[in-house]
Amino acid sequence: MSDLAPAIEVENLVKTYAGVAAVNQVSFTVQRGEILGFLGPNGAGKSTTMRILTGFLPATSGTVRLCGIPVATQTDQVKRLIGYMPENNPLPEDMRVSEYLYYRGRLKEIGRRKLRTRLDEVLELCDLKRVRHRVIGKLSKGFRQRVGIAEAILAEPPVIIMDEPTIGLDPHQILIVRDLISSLRGRMTVIISSHILPEIEMTCDRVLIINQGRVVATGTPSELRREILGHSLYRLEIAGDLSGLNNVFTAIEPTLKISDKSEPDVFGFTTLQLATERDEPLGEELLRALTSDSRYRVRALARVHPTLEDVFLAATKRTWDLVDSGNIGH
Amino acid sequence: MRHFFTILSHEIRMLLVNPSTYIAGVLFLLVMGMSFTWLLERYNEAPQETSPANLFFLFFWVPVLFMVPLLTMKSISEERRLGTLETLLTTPVTTGEVVLGKFGAAYFLYITLWASTGGFFWMLRKFSHDARFFDVGPLIGGYLFVAISGLFFIAIGIFASSLSRNQAVAGILSFGVLFALILGVNFVQPMEFLNNAALHPAKVAIEYMQVFRHLNDFTQGIVDTRQVLYYLSGTVLALIFSILSVEAKLLHS
Repeated sequence: MSDLAPAIEVENLVKTYAGVAAVNQVSFTVQRGEILGFLGPNGAGKSTTMRILTGFLPATSGTVRLCGIPVATQTDQVKRLIGYMPENNPLPEDMRVSEYLYYRGRLKEIGRRKLRTRLDEVLELCDLKRVRHRVIGKLSKGFRQRVGIAEAILAEPPVIIMDEPTIGLDPHQILIVRDLISSLRGRMTVIISSHILPEIEMTCDRVLIINQGRVVATGTPSELRREILGHSLYRLEIAGDLSGLNNVFTAIEPTLKISDKSEPDVFGFTTLQLATERDEPLGEELLRALTSDSRYRVRALARVHPTLEDVFLAATKRTWDLVDSGNIGH
Repeated sequence: MRHFFTILSHEIRMLLVNPSTYIAGVLFLLVMGMSFTWLLERYNEAPQETSPANLFFLFFWVPVLFMVPLLTMKSISEERRLGTLETLLTTPVTTGEVVLGKFGAAYFLYITLWASTGGFFWMLRKFSHDARFFDVGPLIGGYLFVAISGLFFIAIGIFASSLSRNQAVAGILSFGVLFALILGVNFVQPMEFLNNAALHPAKVAIEYMQVFRHLNDFTQGIVDTRQVLYYLSGTVLALIFSILSVEAKLLHS
């Protein structure tokens, strides 16, 4: 294993099922110790990509290397480098938690003595000590999910791949899982896929958005905001004669435009959405200009932070448009 | 092969904590015990030409047809249905180790159940008070036959289980194959059309595959290497097909 190689390198990965491309020319690189969030609508090819990374599924074409080792030719070695938690987290129903983890540890080639101490560590880390002697089939969803995570990190592999680790958990459990994943930062490379966007935003260093089997955007959450949405948004609640407002805006910043406008409420205040291509904060200037002008009464002004959700929707919409116009597709 | 024993001990353990194993065991002993009682009654009524062991092992197909599907149908289909096959195969384990481990565990249980019928003969010997009534030869031959043919039958069950994610389908499939192999071949053999000269090779093959004849030879102390080879090669073939089937289903999943 080369120490210099990135944890995961994917180049031009293609996977077709019966002629339909599930993954189409996907390329990305994940550095060591990085946490990558994998986003995409259902059927985008997230699970397929992850399965190929684990060596469970063979790719149709393209190369995948984990820590410099090609997955296609040295699958056995690669399997020693990963901890994998599949979608829906399948677990045997009739085993006890500690029994299951012990068995998995043995399969992952951990020595008996080391496994005992490691088992205690992992149970502690995932807060499973209370249920270690319970039968898995009788555990609640939150515990089952944590058993899956415990299993993935058991052998302390350099790369951890988790397909929707927080699906079906309550907010408290999500918090625990998020802390757990964050605690791996720097030590292990983690790829998680999720639908829960705030989740990804809080835990991941970098986000990869995939749609129709293609990577549509990649970068840190803030980079993506800039790249995909391309503007900053402000929300303004204002009353008065709004017809001359555009001139005021143009004087402050030429690209500042009203992008959305609501009906006046009972107090006569209208809520406006302003968009600008400029990234620096404009709030102070805006407020000064508007309050000094006797025509307007301002009740509130705030910069709107677009959520990853907006980015995600914009990015996936962009690919749909491309698909519709025939630029990409099969 | 370093994971074979991990998987084997895990599988045996899972079989031993499973209530259905004990139900199957009790039913097996019930059927075998009843046939043994019937057999003793026949010996009680009139002298017989053969040893009790010869007659006892003639019933071997009853438990084979029901026990083998019951023991094996769950093995691979259940893992595939639950999705645990995916987690299993993403550890440094080969498909061969998984299939062999499951095969080993089912065979272990099969042999254990058959070995427990040895208790019948022990009782017979204890209460007959005369070692002359008790012929060990056919007994050893019979158990040897069960052990060797069991390899093939269990391998067929494992293969059937690798074909479907539905346990019931796997069970019925292995029942069907075993039925054809044990009774069907026996049924086809006396058929008139096989006497046609063009079908001579088929006739020879069918004679070679007569499971009841193999049993008869074994209990008479004839261990024919051709017959042993038949079961061993069948076992290897069925296991290779199981491995291929598991891998092929991954490729096309």
